[in-house]
Amino acid sequence: MQVYKAPIKDYQFLIKDFLNSGSLDSVFENSDLNIDDLSMILEEAAKLCEETLLPINQIGDMEGCSFNQGNVKTPKGFKEAYKKFVENGWQGLTVSKKYGGQQLPYFVNMFLDEMISSSNMSFGLYPGLTSNAIDAIEKSASEEIKNLYLPKLSTGEWSGTMNLTEPQCGTDLGLSKTIAHPQKDGSYKISGTKIFITCGEHDMSENIIHLVLAKTPNAPEGIKGISLFIVPKIIPNSDGSLGKKNSLECGSIEKKMGINASPTCVMHYNEARGWLVGDLHKGMKAMFVMMNGARLMVGVQGLGIAEIAYQSSLHYANERLQGRALNGSKHLDKVADPIIVHPEIRKNLLKVKTLTEGLRGLMVWTGLQVDIANLEKDKFKKQRAEDWVALMTPILKSFSTDVGCEAANIGVQIYGGHGYIKDHGMEQLLRDSRIAPIYEGTNGIQALDLVGRKMPMHTGRLLKSFFHEVKDYLEKNSFNYNLKEYIPHLTKSFGRLQQVTTFLASKGLSNPDEAAGASVDYLKMFSLVAIGYIWTRYAEISYNKLNDDPENFYKAKIASGNYYMTKILPETGSLMASILSGAKYYNDYENKYFDLAFKI
Amino acid sequence: MKILVAVKRVIDYNVQIRVKADGSGVETENVKMSMNPPDENAVEEALRVKESGKANEVVIVSIGEEKSKETIRTALAMGADRGIFVKSNSNIEPICVAKALKKIVDTEKPDLVFMGKQAIDDDCNQTGQMLSALLGWSQGTFASKIELNENEISITREIDEGLEMLKLKLPSIITCDLRLNEPRYASLPNIMKAKKKPIQDLNIEDLEVDTAPRINFLKVEEPPKREKGIMVNSIEELVSKLKNEAKVI
Ligand SMILES: Cc1cc2nc3c(=O)[nH]c(=O)nc-3n(C[C@H](O)[C@H](O)[C@H](O)COP(=O)(O)OP(=O)(O)OC[C@H]3O[C@@H](n4cnc5c(N)ncnc54)[C@H](O)[C@@H]3O)c2cc1C
Repeated sequence: MQVYKAPIKDYQFLIKDFLNSGSLDSVFENSDLNIDDLSMILEEAAKLCEETLLPINQIGDMEGCSFNQGNVKTPKGFKEAYKKFVENGWQGLTVSKKYGGQQLPYFVNMFLDEMISSSNMSFGLYPGLTSNAIDAIEKSASEEIKNLYLPKLSTGEWSGTMNLTEPQCGTDLGLSKTIAHPQKDGSYKISGTKIFITCGEHDMSENIIHLVLAKTPNAPEGIKGISLFIVPKIIPNSDGSLGKKNSLECGSIEKKMGINASPTCVMHYNEARGWLVGDLHKGMKAMFVMMNGARLMVGVQGLGIAEIAYQSSLHYANERLQGRALNGSKHLDKVADPIIVHPEIRKNLLKVKTLTEGLRGLMVWTGLQVDIANLEKDKFKKQRAEDWVALMTPILKSFSTDVGCEAANIGVQIYGGHGYIKDHGMEQLLRDSRIAPIYEGTNGIQALDLVGRKMPMHTGRLLKSFFHEVKDYLEKNSFNYNLKEYIPHLTKSFGRLQQVTTFLASKGLSNPDEAAGASVDYLKMFSLVAIGYIWTRYAEISYNKLNDDPENFYKAKIASGNYYMTKILPETGSLMASILSGAKYYNDYENKYFDLAFKI
Repeated sequence: MKILVAVKRVIDYNVQIRVKADGSGVETENVKMSMNPPDENAVEEALRVKESGKANEVVIVSIGEEKSKETIRTALAMGADRGIFVKSNSNIEPICVAKALKKIVDTEKPDLVFMGKQAIDDDCNQTGQMLSALLGWSQGTFASKIELNENEISITREIDEGLEMLKLKLPSIITCDLRLNEPRYASLPNIMKAKKKPIQDLNIEDLEVDTAPRINFLKVEEPPKREKGIMVNSIEELVSKLKNEAKVI
């Protein structure tokens, strides 16, 4: 059974205890918001997610979207849920007031997105893609385009999409063949085929605004020739009312593994009218300014799936009676003990719980840095926040989505055969979670971004935003008696990360293939250490609260952290060993060896 | 037309109630609190009347501890116009609440008072009726449907025998049933707007209401645990057990 209640108490802990230690005030200064308002906002959002989105999650998976002559029908209940969602104003959470939004801090949206992803990941893609489109338009488009499109997008009356992928052009966007011919009136005629376009066509909003990457006829080769265009399904008149239908259509939708309630569309553009967003040939720049946000949000999807997988697993582990505890039965009144007594089940639950809660802290801390980078006047502080976000984005996108899959996988395992059949919805979580490591830049690409771009950037300045912080923290707390079960573990793993970083930095210059080959392991190692740092800070906060802890919330935090520091963080040891062993045995491996076993 | 809606802050309906170890009451520390569910229906109905153009102001009143203000905020976030908060200790009895509400009605002069039919914490189901008697106004309790006309309100009541239709002269007290409507969620823009809506602060003493308890609370304890059932083999055995052991037939 998919079981989910928004983890509001953890959110409150993060806001009141954890984020509050890091310039939350400066973020609230410019908005008419205070900490208590956040509770109310999150509780209202939680109601919508639990009562409206969760009940249609399994229906959406089973029914899926259907396609008929260019039209896409969403599953039962989705239209109504979308209407409720947008009428209650959630689409406009972070959008500027100027365009009808509420202009709330970015990190607040992370909590909302997590709740949506837990209760219905497919549903979340509709407003999610609109948010990406809003972000790209707000940051790069002309005033005219902003004024025409943003007010309707921020109310959700219109929805948005991102069109990058083409059959021959996935990770390598320079291979795009979509062409944009300039017209006399300053507009463009766009022609080409895009594939895998999430929510490219559907029946929830009255207009769909496509952001399309394309090349003008004489554009430079490859990635340097890409421009970004806004191509509406229905061309709006200058007053925002709907005008003529544009010449574009949805050719088909994909049959796929998961997120079945979200249509993945083939989009044909046949001389469709479009307008340039940002500068000519600077499409990638326009994409990049929204990319951090979009990638973090995909990371949040991983977190959301992990949370519902955890809650559902926990529910079952307490109900399912099988076998007896090895150290003596716990429930003699019952025919057997609940499976939560078995060590393997407990360890799996704790693994998911501690990874999820740790990641959540790293995620919202990074979200807060996005706000600080946007608002901070002090140049140095602003840069530090920007560096932190740039460094953590590939880490969070990729590690969170991996954790999402792993949590869903563990969920299926805890349910046993009842996880494999469809009734309980556990296999759906596994199928839904699997897309997140793929889209928005595959996790492999994220690891390359970390090692190849972020690591050497500004001669290592980005890395310093993390390394110096942890180093200072360890120095300050080396004699903190409370943290005696934390600091040694963090120190050890942090030392390993430093050692491997130096190793890779030198390799990166001499043998890029080796650095690239180590990148996925390195990203994982980095994530584990960063989360270890977060758990240590949780413990520090929690020890100071133990005398006022009626529900044992803080006591439980410390206990969870102990599990993480001793059972999960040490994986950095094996990752280090693997990285330091170098590239020889996969790089020098002859290609012809691969198929020797079956080649005739 | 002005509508006054009385709301109460109670333990959330999802929470499993725990009795305090010393029997002095139920645990409310660190327990999720929310607006009493039928009070949400009352707020919703008042907002619908306003949206239909038949009322121009919806005023929320709550009597209780400081935190009851949050409940008023929730109603304001649903769309009500302003609030009145009367500070008192949490366990004041229905008659005191009714007297305090009467004082508020005397100054506010609403045409209608909407309330929940009962609060899910003590299930008293008295305050609305008492307020009606104190004011000498008509009362329509357990309303599951409301139609408002010029000087008159038609309601459908949920009663044991079925549905009862009544016509009441205004001013009137209406207590609302859960079936009356489906309360809306507070929208994000309304949550933000609610922050700026005024809430007037009063003390129960300001209203000169005697809050001394009339009822002597002895002890709160949990109901006895249900004993394990037994399987019977035949109808005859069942009848005989009901006759001879349970002595219910
Ligand atoms: C359900 C779904 C929804 C999607 N939604 C959208 C959308 O809304 N808009 C949109 O534009 N696209 C969308 N996509 C496309 C998605 O972003 C791409 O599938 C993804 O970027 C990978 O591209 P590809 O599938 O062509 O894989 P490829 O690029 O062919 O990659 C195949 C494998 O090779 C690896 N690889 C590729 N290049 C390198 C390299 N240089 N170095 C190392 N490894 C490399 C990749 O990591 C991957 O493992 C969606 C896809 C799906 C399945």
